[in-house]
Amino acid sequence: MNTASTRIDVRKTYKLFIGGGFPRSESGHSYVVSDVRGRFVANAALASRKDARDAVAAARKAFPGWSGRTAYNRGQVVYRIAEVMEDRRPQFVEALRQGEGRTPAAAGKVLDESIDRLVWYAGWADKLTQVVGNANPVAGPFFNLSTPEPTGVVAVLAPQGSSLLGLVSVVAPVIVAGDTVVVAASTERPLPAVTFAEVLATSDVPGGVVNILTGSLDRTAPTLASHMDVNALDLTGLAGDPEQATELEIQAAANLKRVRRAPAAEPDWSVEPGLDRMTDVLETKTVWHPIGV
Amino acid sequence: MTSTATPTAGPHDDPVEPGWADVTASESSLRRFLHGLPGVDQVGAEQRAAGLGTRSIKTTAKAFAIDLAIRMVDLTTLEGQDTRGKVKALSAKAMRPDPADPTCPPVAAVCVYPDMVAVAKEALGASEVHVASVATAFPSGRAAMDVKLADTRDAVAAGADEVDMVIDRGAFLAGHYLQVFEEIGAVREACAGEGGAAHLKVILETGELQTYDNVRRASWLAMMAGADFIKTSTGKVQPAATPPVTLVMLEAVRDYREQTGRMVGVKPAGGIRTSKDAIKYLVMVNEVAGPDWLEPDWFRFGASTLLNDLLMQRTRLATGRYSGPDYFTLD
Repeated sequence: MNTASTRIDVRKTYKLFIGGGFPRSESGHSYVVSDVRGRFVANAALASRKDARDAVAAARKAFPGWSGRTAYNRGQVVYRIAEVMEDRRPQFVEALRQGEGRTPAAAGKVLDESIDRLVWYAGWADKLTQVVGNANPVAGPFFNLSTPEPTGVVAVLAPQGSSLLGLVSVVAPVIVAGDTVVVAASTERPLPAVTFAEVLATSDVPGGVVNILTGSLDRTAPTLASHMDVNALDLTGLAGDPEQATELEIQAAANLKRVRRAPAAEPDWSVEPGLDRMTDVLETKTVWHPIGV
Repeated sequence: MTSTATPTAGPHDDPVEPGWADVTASESSLRRFLHGLPGVDQVGAEQRAAGLGTRSIKTTAKAFAIDLAIRMVDLTTLEGQDTRGKVKALSAKAMRPDPADPTCPPVAAVCVYPDMVAVAKEALGASEVHVASVATAFPSGRAAMDVKLADTRDAVAAGADEVDMVIDRGAFLAGHYLQVFEEIGAVREACAGEGGAAHLKVILETGELQTYDNVRRASWLAMMAGADFIKTSTGKVQPAATPPVTLVMLEAVRDYREQTGRMVGVKPAGGIRTSKDAIKYLVMVNEVAGPDWLEPDWFRFGASTLLNDLLMQRTRLATGRYSGPDYFTLD
C-alpha cells in the first residue's frame, strides 16, 4: 500500500449473477476469497440451494427466447462476449494472477486463449446443424431429416483449477447450442467468473441465458443435480472426485438428465476442443415428410 | 372475541342485515357512516403488511400452509378464449390437483363465466368442489341493472354455488353509495335459487378505488349489504390483490364481526402467483383477522397459476427435489 495515502481500501463483496441481475445470496452468506499465497482478495457470495433454484427458474425463463433465436444471431452474441472480454483485459489478468498465481504474461496468454475459445465456438453456432444434422436415406417416399435441438436448461459444474479458460470452455458450447446454463464457478477461484458475469451483463447476452453461482459445490450441486427442471448436468468440476460425482449422477437419474461424467483429472484446456461439449446438450429431432403429396 | 355468537345458518336467513336500517335509510346517512369510519394510515398499513411478509414458515408449518392454501384456491379461468374443453380440464384438475399424489386435497371452487357454469357443474359431479361464477357484467360492471340481475339469475339457475359480482366503481367513486348498496342487495336477492341461495362474493376492484380509505368504505358497504365474501379484484385491472389492501379488508371483516357477530370472508384475487406469496397472505389472515378465518369457507385465493406453484412446493417437500413445470398441467 502507498504509505503516503490515507485512502481506505475498498473491500469488495461480489454478488451472484442470476437472470441478468446481480443479487446477493438469498442466504446472505459470503466467503473470503484468497490469492494463491493466502492473502485476502475479496468476498464472494456463498450461493445457497435457493439461489440454485432461482438460477434454474431464470434459465428456464430465458430458454424459449434464446433457443428461438437464429443460430447466426447466437453466434454474433457469443462473438460479442469475446469483444467485451478483450476490453476488460487488465481486470482478467489481475484475477488470474491472484487466483491462479500466474505471471502477467502467462495470465495474458490464458486470457487470449479464452477469448479465442469464445470466437471458435461462436463460429460453430450456425454450422452445427449442417455437421450433426442429416438428411437420412429411408426406404420409402419420405424426406427424413434429423436436426439438432437444444435440450433445455443445463447445469454445469465448472472446473476448479482453470478458472477462466476452463469456465469459458464449458459455458460457451452450451449457449452456442441454444441451451441456457446455470454454472457453479470454481470455489477457490471465483473472481474470473465474477468478472465474466460483468462481461455478460454488458454484452448482448439476454438475462438468464447464463447464470453464475459462486460458493461451495456442497450447497449448490445436489440441488442442481436433483432439480426436475434441469435437463442436463455437466460434472467437469468434480474431476478426480468419483464418489461425489456418482452421488450426483444417481440424483440426476430421477428425471433422466443427460449427464456429462466427471473426468479422472482436469483436462488440458489449451487444446482445441471437439464438438462433444455441444452435441452433449443437443437432442436430435427427426422429421418424416411425405414426398409428392 | 372468537366466541362471538355467529348465526349458525347462512346469512340469507336474515331478511335484512340487522342494525343497519337507520344507517342505510338515506344517501346522506350512509355517507355520514362510511365517511365516519376511521381513516387508514397508509404508511402504517403498508409497513404492517410488509412486516407480516417477513415471517419464516418452514417444514411442518409450511406443509400445513401449502395444503391449506390449495384447499382455499378458487381455480379461475376468465378468458374470452375459454372453451368447454378448458373448463372440463380445469374441473378435473380442481378435484385432483396432483394426480400423482392422492393425499393432495382438492381446491375450494372452480371460477368461470356464467355460460360455463353448467359445463363445470357437470364435470365436477358430486365432488365437494364448488362452482363459482362471475356475474353482473364482469369485469367492468357497466351494464343496465336488469342485465346484471339476469346475468346473476342465469348463473344461479345453471347451478353456481357462489356468485362473484362486481360493484359499480363509477357510482362508488362519485359518492352514490346508496346506489351501490341497493345494487348489491338486489344481486343478493337474485342469488336465491331452488337449492338454497348462492354465496355472494362482492368484488371491490381495489385497483380502481384509489385509496385505502375507499377500500375500507367499500368493504363496509358490501358487508352491510349482505356480502358473504369481499373480494379484492377482478384480476383484469392492475394492481390486483396487494398485501396492504387485503390487510385493510381483513381488518374490516374483523371489526364487522366484533360489531355484528356476523363473519364475512375475504378473497384476494389476481397477482398471487407463488407459494411464498400465498403463505404471506395466510400469515396476515391469522394475525389480522384471526385463526377463525383460516378456513376455505372464510378465505379464498382467486388464482390460476398459483396452484401449480403450490403443487411444485408440495412435491418439493415430499421428495426433497425441486420440481419443474413440466410435471404439472398447463392451464
